[in-house]
Amino acid sequence: MELQITWFVLWAVLWAVYFMLDGFVLGTGFLSGILAKNDTEKRLLINSVGPVWDGNEVWLITAGGATFAAFPTTYALMFSYMYTALLLLLFSLIVRGVAFEFRGKIEGEQWKGAWDRAIMISSFLPALLFGVAFGNIFKGLPMDAGGHHGGLLSLLNPYGILTGLLFVCLFAVHGALYASLKTVGDLSKRAFELAKMLWIPLLLVALLFLGATAYSTKLYDNYLAAPYLFLIPAIAVLALVAVQAYMIANKPLKAFSASCVTILFVVFTGVTGLFPNLIPSSLDPAYSLTIYNSSSSQYTLTIMTVVAFIFVPIVIAYKIWVYRIFRAPVTEQDLLENKEAY
Amino acid sequence: MDVLALSRLQFAVTTMFHFIFVPLTLGLSVLTAWFETKYVRTGDATYLRMTKFWGKLFLINFALGVVTGITQEFQFGMNWAEYSRYVGDIFGAPLAIEATAAFFLESVFIGVWIFGWDKISKTAHAVTIWLVAFGTNLSALWILLANGWMQKPVGFVLRNGRAEMNDFLALITNPYGWIKFLHTVTSGYMVAAFFVMGIAAWHLLRKNEIDFFTRSFKTAAMFALLSGLAVGATGDFHAVEIAKVQPTKFAAMESVWETQKNAPMHLLLVPDEANERNAVATASIPGMLSFMAFHDVNGEVKGLKEFPKEERPPVLPVFLSFRLMVALGTLMIGLSLVAVIAVRWKHFLNFKLFLWIMVAALPLPYITVQLGWLVAELGRQPWVVYGVLKTADGVSQSVSLLQVGGSLVGFTLLYGLLGAIDIYLLVKYAKKGPDNDTTGMIPVKEVA
Repeated sequence: MELQITWFVLWAVLWAVYFMLDGFVLGTGFLSGILAKNDTEKRLLINSVGPVWDGNEVWLITAGGATFAAFPTTYALMFSYMYTALLLLLFSLIVRGVAFEFRGKIEGEQWKGAWDRAIMISSFLPALLFGVAFGNIFKGLPMDAGGHHGGLLSLLNPYGILTGLLFVCLFAVHGALYASLKTVGDLSKRAFELAKMLWIPLLLVALLFLGATAYSTKLYDNYLAAPYLFLIPAIAVLALVAVQAYMIANKPLKAFSASCVTILFVVFTGVTGLFPNLIPSSLDPAYSLTIYNSSSSQYTLTIMTVVAFIFVPIVIAYKIWVYRIFRAPVTEQDLLENKEAY
Repeated sequence: MDVLALSRLQFAVTTMFHFIFVPLTLGLSVLTAWFETKYVRTGDATYLRMTKFWGKLFLINFALGVVTGITQEFQFGMNWAEYSRYVGDIFGAPLAIEATAAFFLESVFIGVWIFGWDKISKTAHAVTIWLVAFGTNLSALWILLANGWMQKPVGFVLRNGRAEMNDFLALITNPYGWIKFLHTVTSGYMVAAFFVMGIAAWHLLRKNEIDFFTRSFKTAAMFALLSGLAVGATGDFHAVEIAKVQPTKFAAMESVWETQKNAPMHLLLVPDEANERNAVATASIPGMLSFMAFHDVNGEVKGLKEFPKEERPPVLPVFLSFRLMVALGTLMIGLSLVAVIAVRWKHFLNFKLFLWIMVAALPLPYITVQLGWLVAELGRQPWVVYGVLKTADGVSQSVSLLQVGGSLVGFTLLYGLLGAIDIYLLVKYAKKGPDNDTTGMIPVKEVA
């Protein structure tokens, strides 16, 4: 397989895994205000993501680093063309991480209330903005020989916003299911009911997205040229249906797993349609950034492939170990016993 | 101000802010791991309390280091798109390796360390903080190999309108990067050692937890002395490397205008940049500068006049930063030596003047490491990649003045606020001292 294609697949996998893992942290974060009725419940939710949020966020750093190393031109233009959106994203991720760490450091309603609001906003914005950014990548950016002809407002077009909503809904269901799995008793039940309820708008937005994609993007061209590829969106849709089926059958772990598959395959659906583009130009295909015209040299791609095939399996191995250690739900007893808890 | 000036200012603000937290992380992770190892080996509860107390301060600091690090990776693309496009083929590699090999390690295991006290065995728990320490130090290596490449570009060819990597081994064995790494991490250890000594001294002056803080002070003093000597030694080798590969930076550090053999070092020196000379240059040590540059008193030191004006760095700030850095570094090595001896003295607690000096010295290594970075980065100007790409040619073309201006204001306000809160929390928890009640702390389960 050509190295550019290997890296295109890796690029897609890194983003998809990032959304699958940070998706539930973001979802739990922005739902915390709705779900939690008091300080203890808020702490339970924050501590349910506590041991893993930082490690999950590194998938974003890695996705960014991989874009830089494998497709430097795409990295340069994608990040500078979407400057303001990325800036808001950065600010949100900065505030979210700090909020987890600082919230419990001082006892006081105002202090905690401020960080609670910070967690909600700084979890909601990335969900929305990642969706808007990827929606615009699917659609293509207005770029040609003169550079980029757009700004933050041009990113907020209907298709971009729709994709943003899709991400918000996906992460909301994902986060609610995670919260339900990682807590016990009443809080867990409420989270489970919320996930069930949120699934309905998710389904509607997802269907709307699949339809609008035909109208606003050229993603389906690849599928029409090779119809067997429709398997990918089919898996995404089936997994989405399975989420609700498992919830009705009262199997939260299976529902959560199905939600993981849904997020992975939503990303794969979009990225498969992009191939071989990384960012299409909506003005003139000659200025699209493809995996060929924006990639690193064969030498660099070879080195990076070796690096990836050594380290990514190691990372996955110890991450699985960590998820096993923290597989039990967080209880009030845990909060009392562990003074280091958030 | 134009987009270039604002982008440079923003990079300086975000990077220097990031580097307030990183050095302490580098050193305090090692010290915390040391204390926990002592606890596991001896079973002495004081070491457990030391692990928890210094570990808590470590975590408050760690949080800001992590989140401001995300900015570091994004802003190459956001503000320096031309740079990223031109050098991404070789510069992107160490960044991506840093994320996969080092960031995952520290970020995953810090979670286990915080939340895993009663979930894994004592030994395994101590291993996790060592993995965090190893991960942070490893990430320093990769980012400094990347920075080392900007200082002394190796292992690449100019092809297809960009710098393409053709020798990965040269990139990862670049002596410039390795010296910089050793110099930087050891100075990070100094920051942590003075942080611990400063806080310990504050409590000892109040006779709080005398045993706890004397032991903390003792360990930190030895750590400070050893790393201080390492900072000095690596600094010496670093200067030799700079004289060899970055003559303009070296000349600016010492404000040398004329090329000369057997060059003297002037202890008292006032640069006069406008007239390309030194207004005052006395108290000279003959041949000292040549010796510093080449370990040879007859070595030829290049003067700034050898280079066109547009290829010289700003002399005064580089010169002042370098002098002040060396002076403070020397002072701190002296303080560390006194500390190592004084803490063993039976009247140590009555040596109040020295304890007060150590409280006041807490910020010194912070200032020194920032000065070091000013020398490194301002001294490289006008190049972003020394001799290959000018800083002015690296800035993003598509970003507007309003965008950079807005983001600079945003970063300054957000970082200012978070920095103030972080310092407030550090002071609060440092003053509070270790938890007295050891119940509820001991039940670290033995899991077979």
